[in-house]
Amino acid sequence: MNTAEVREIIARHPEPEGRVAAILEEIQKKYRHLPEEALRIVSGELGVSLTRLYGVATFYAAFSLEPKGEHLISICHGTACHVKGAKNLAERWEREVGIKEGQTTADGMFTLEAVRCLGCCSLAPVFSIDGKTYGGVKPDQVPEVLGEWKGGGGR
Amino acid sequence: MEGGRRPVRNAVDLEQLKQQGLSTLYPRRTKIAVGMATCGRAAGAGQVFACLREEIFKRGLDVGLSATGCLGFCQQEPLVSVQCPGRPRYIYSRVGPELALQILDGIAGECLPERGLFARVYEDQILLTGERVKLAEQPREGDAGLEQVPFFAPQVKVATRNCGFVDPGSIAEYTARGGYLALRKALLMKPEEIIEEITRSGLRGRGGGGFPTGRKWLLTREASGEEKYVICNADEGDPGAYMDRSILEGDPHAVLEGMAIGGYAIGAKKGIIYVRAEYPLAVAAIQEAIRQAEEYGLLGDDIFGSGFSFRIAVVKGQGAFVCGEETALIAAIEGKMGEPRPRPPYPARQGLWGSPTCINNVETWANISPIVVLGSEWFAGMGTETSKGTKVFSLVGNIRNNGLIEVPMGTTLRRIVYEIGGGTGHFELKALQTGGPSGGCIPADLIDLPVDYEALTGAGSIMGSGGMVVMDERSCMVDVARFFLGFTAAESCGKCLPCREGTGQMLEILDRICAGRAEMSDLELLEELARTVQDTSLCGLGQTAPSPVLSTLRYFRSEYEAHIRDRFCPAGVCTDLFRFVIDEEKCQGCGRCARVCPQEAITGEKGDKYHMDSGRCVKCRACLDACRYRAIKAVPREV
Amino acid sequence: MEITLNGKSVPVQGEATVLEVARREGIWIPTLCHHPGLPPYGACRLCIVEVKAGGRQGLTASCTLPPAEGLVVETDSPRVRERRKVLVQLLLAVVRDAPEIRELARRLGVEKAPFKPPEEKRECILCGLCVRVCETAGNSAIGFAFRGSQRRVSPPFGKAAADCIGCRACAKVCPTGAVRFEQAGDRLTGEPWQADLQVARCTSCGRPLAARLLLDFARKKVVCSDFEGLCPACRRRKVARSVKRRG
Ligand SMILES: Cc1cc2nc3c(=O)[nH]c(=O)nc-3n(C[C@H](O)[C@H](O)[C@H](O)COP(=O)(O)O)c2cc1C
Ligand code: SF4
Ligand code: FES
Ligand code: FES
Repeated sequence: MNTAEVREIIARHPEPEGRVAAILEEIQKKYRHLPEEALRIVSGELGVSLTRLYGVATFYAAFSLEPKGEHLISICHGTACHVKGAKNLAERWEREVGIKEGQTTADGMFTLEAVRCLGCCSLAPVFSIDGKTYGGVKPDQVPEVLGEWKGGGGR
Repeated sequence: MEGGRRPVRNAVDLEQLKQQGLSTLYPRRTKIAVGMATCGRAAGAGQVFACLREEIFKRGLDVGLSATGCLGFCQQEPLVSVQCPGRPRYIYSRVGPELALQILDGIAGECLPERGLFARVYEDQILLTGERVKLAEQPREGDAGLEQVPFFAPQVKVATRNCGFVDPGSIAEYTARGGYLALRKALLMKPEEIIEEITRSGLRGRGGGGFPTGRKWLLTREASGEEKYVICNADEGDPGAYMDRSILEGDPHAVLEGMAIGGYAIGAKKGIIYVRAEYPLAVAAIQEAIRQAEEYGLLGDDIFGSGFSFRIAVVKGQGAFVCGEETALIAAIEGKMGEPRPRPPYPARQGLWGSPTCINNVETWANISPIVVLGSEWFAGMGTETSKGTKVFSLVGNIRNNGLIEVPMGTTLRRIVYEIGGGTGHFELKALQTGGPSGGCIPADLIDLPVDYEALTGAGSIMGSGGMVVMDERSCMVDVARFFLGFTAAESCGKCLPCREGTGQMLEILDRICAGRAEMSDLELLEELARTVQDTSLCGLGQTAPSPVLSTLRYFRSEYEAHIRDRFCPAGVCTDLFRFVIDEEKCQGCGRCARVCPQEAITGEKGDKYHMDSGRCVKCRACLDACRYRAIKAVPREV
Repeated sequence: MEITLNGKSVPVQGEATVLEVARREGIWIPTLCHHPGLPPYGACRLCIVEVKAGGRQGLTASCTLPPAEGLVVETDSPRVRERRKVLVQLLLAVVRDAPEIRELARRLGVEKAPFKPPEEKRECILCGLCVRVCETAGNSAIGFAFRGSQRRVSPPFGKAAADCIGCRACAKVCPTGAVRFEQAGDRLTGEPWQADLQVARCTSCGRPLAARLLLDFARKKVVCSDFEGLCPACRRRKVARSVKRRG
C-alpha cells in the first residue's frame, strides 16, 4: 500500500454524496481489499471515525478486509438462476477451482463468490468473471471458460 | 460522435439536435445496430460487434455500425438490425459471427439472408411526437413487423420507449425521438401545474411500494428546507429483475429528463442516481449521458434560459439489498452503513443530509416525460381503476420467451405467460413469483388475475418492482420459500431483532422441512414467527420477508405437508426426500435422458423403455430437463 | 394535543414519543434499546403498540412514534402481547441466561423457548445502547460491524479498542451485562472491547481515580478545571474548604 496513492484517490472524490463509498471502492479495486492503513488515512483525511469506516467496510458486499483473488468469479444465485440450476453450476465451479464460494485460491488467482442477481436473468444461469457476464452456461462448459482465464485470454 | 456543442437554449436548437439525431437514426447509407446491453453482451454481442466492425473496415463497405440497448427479447440476443435505405429494417436474432458475415455479404449483394430473421419493420412510430417514420412501402403478404411477433404484439412501450431503438450514447438520437421536449414544456409551466398533472395521471411508484408519485412530489415541495434533493433509486435489489438496468443502459436520458422535471417541480437543484455497482454498463451509460446533457446545457445552469439549474451525480451502491429501502439508501449516500431508520419522518420531510428528498424508482422517472408531453389523460387512459399506465416486467424463469416486457396495467397474467411468454413448453405452469423476496407465489389457477397493485396484493403477492419468475412443476415451493428466506436472512441489515433473528429462525425451520427433519408442529411455529416478523420489523425488508413463506403456505400447503409427513419432495428438488424413476407409461424411448446423464445411471435401448438406476443417480436433474414427455418422476425414497 | 392510550384520553405535554407519554401515565411498556438520554433507535421492537386510528394502523414501535392529534393506541392488546412473546422467545434463543431477559420473559408469561440457539454463545442482544452512548458521551470507540446474523459490536478491525477512554458508560447502559470493566491496580480493563487503560490517581490523596484518557478527554470538554485530577472525596473536601473560606 502506498500512502500517496490513497491520498490521490481521496482527492479525486470531493463530492460529499457517496464520497466514502467511492473512495473505498477505488481502494478496494486497487489493492483487492481495504488495507487497515488505508482506512486510517481515509479516516484522518475525511474526519470520519475509524469505527464508522470499519462498519462500512464490513457491511457492504463489495468490500473485503482480506485480499481477493486476481480474478473474481461471481456466480449468480438470484431467483431466475436458482430456478434454472445455479446450484449445479456453483458446485461445478467449486469442483473445478477447488475452493468453496466465498474463498480465494491459495495462489491468489481466483476468488469464487455467490452474488445476488447480475441483471441478466433472461439468460439464467449466469456468472461473471471480472465483470464479463456469461449467460446460459451448462456446468459442462465451466472447464473451458476457466481454461480461457487461466491462459489469460478471458478478457 | 456528436457534432455541434452549442447549448440547446430554445425550440430551434432542440429541433436542430433532433435533425442531427434523425440523420444517424435514419442515415442515407446502410446501418447495422447491435444490441449491446449486458444481456446482449452475455450472449456474445461484443464478439459480433467486433467482427462486424473489422469486416466493414476490411471490405471497405459504406455501412454505419452502432450499438443500442436492449429491445427486450433478451433470450433471442444477440439481436442485430439492418437498415438499408428504402428497405424495411431487418431484425436478426441469435446472431453469431457467421451470420454476421452472411449479413454483410447480403448487404453487398443487396439480398439480405432469411436465416435468423426475426422480423421486418416497415415503419417506426415515435411515441412522444406522434410521428411515423416510413422505412419502406407496403408490407408484402405474410411479412411480420414487430407488432406481429407474438412476443411484442400485446406490449405498449412507454418507459422503455427508446430501448433498443436509440444509441444510448447519443443525446441527439434521444432528442430525435421526442427527448427533452418534456423538459422544455415543463420549464414553461408552474411547478404546481406539473405536480397536478402527474397526480392526475395516477402514476404510482414503480419501485414496489406503489405510492402515488404526484403526492410524494407535493409533500417534498411543501416541506420546508433550503436544499432539496431528488434521488433515482436504481439499486434494483430484487434477484430476478432487471428492468432498471435495461432502461439505464438503453435510454439513460429518459431518466435524466424525468429527474430534471421532478427537480424543477419540487424545487431541487441536485439529483442523485444511486445505482448498484454490479451494473457497470449502466453506470457508464448514465455517466456518459450526464456528460452529454451538461455539454448541451440540458443539465447545468439556466436550462432552456429558464433560470432553473439542475445537476445530477451518480453514487454507486456497494452491494446491500437493504439499501434499496429509502432511508437506508440515504444513509449509504451519506457514507454510513445502510441501516434503515424509523419513518416518520419520511424522506420527503427529512431525507439526505436532513433535507427534503424525493426518491423515485428508475421506471417511475422514465414515465415522467411522456406524461408531461402527452398529458395525464392519455396516461390514465391505460390501466385499471387504481393502477394506471404500463408496467415493465422481467419475464424470466421456466418460460419459453424470456425477456423484458412492458404491458398496460390490467393485462392478465395469462396473456403475459402464454401470449408474450409463449408458455412453459412441455412442463406445466405451477406458479408465478412476483415482487421477489418481498412478494409471493401466485398459483397457476389465478392466472386470470390482472396486473394491478391491489389485485396482486389481494392474492398474497405484490406488484413489486417488476420481477416475474415463472415456475413450472419442476420447482418445489418449499424450496422457493427457503431460497427467499436465505436471501433475506443474508441481506437483513441486522438492526432490528425480529428481522435479524426471526428470518434466521424461519430459515432454520425451512431447512428442517427440506431435510425431512421437521414435525407438523413446526408449521404452526413457522406461521407464528412469520406473522411476528411481518408485524414488528422496522423496515420493509423485514415486514415483507415472510411473504414468500406465507403465500406458499396459503397455496401450496400440501407440499409442505408432504415434506413433513411423508418425507417426500414431490417436485424432486429437496435432495434427501425423493428418488427419480422413469415413468414407463410416459417414456417414449427417445433416449435423451440417457445421453445427458453424467452418471450413466440410465440404461435402455432406443425405442424401448428406459430404466433408471436410482443408486447411481446423483439427482443433477439433467434428465428431468431433457425429457420432453415428462417421464422422469420423483417418488418417495424407499425406507 | 391529546391522544388515546388504552381507551383513556391523555394530554401530550411536550413528549416526543408515545412511549414517553405512556411512561408518564404509568403504563408499563417493555423496552430494551431505549434510553431517555440517547437518540431513539427502534431496534428491539419490544415496545410495539397497536395503532387503532389516527395514524398508520397496525403495530409499531412506541419509542419512535411521535404523538399526533387523535392517535388511538393500545399498549397491551392481544396482538401486541402475542408478538412480544415471540420476540422474547427469539431473545431467549440468543441469551438464555441474562437475568434481565429472564425477568422480562417471566413478566410476559413466556414459558417455552422453542427456537434454536446460535452455535456460538452470545451475550449481546445488539440493542445498540453502548454504541449510541459511546457516540454521544464517549469517543466512538466501538460501533456496529458486519450485517445480518453476523452483526456485532466491535472496536475497529476487531482489535483492542484504541479509542476507548474508559468512561464505562457502555457498561452502565448494557442490559445483559455483556460489557464489563475491571480495575486492578493502575489498570482498567474493559471487555469485550479488549480495552486496557492506565488509571490516574487523585493528585491529592493518591487513590485510583479514573482512566487517564478519560480525564484528558473531560479536560477538553469541561471548562471548569478546578477539580481536575481529584477523586470525588477530595473534590468534596475542596468544595467545603472554598465554601468555608468564602463564608
Ligand atoms: C428492502 C427494500 C428494498 C427495496 N429495493 C428497492 C429497489 O431496489 N428499487 C426501488 O426503486 N425501490 C426499492 N424499494 C422501495 C423504496 O424504498 C422506495 O419506496 C422507492 O424507491 C420509491 O420509489 P417509487 O415511489 O418510484 O417506487 C425497496 C424497499 C425495501 C423495503
Ligand atoms: S427489518 Fe431487517 S433490514 Fe429492516 S431495519 Fe430491521 S433488521 Fe434491518
Ligand atoms: S437471477 Fe441470475 S442474473 Fe438475475
Ligand atoms: S425500545 Fe422501542 S424498539 Fe427497542
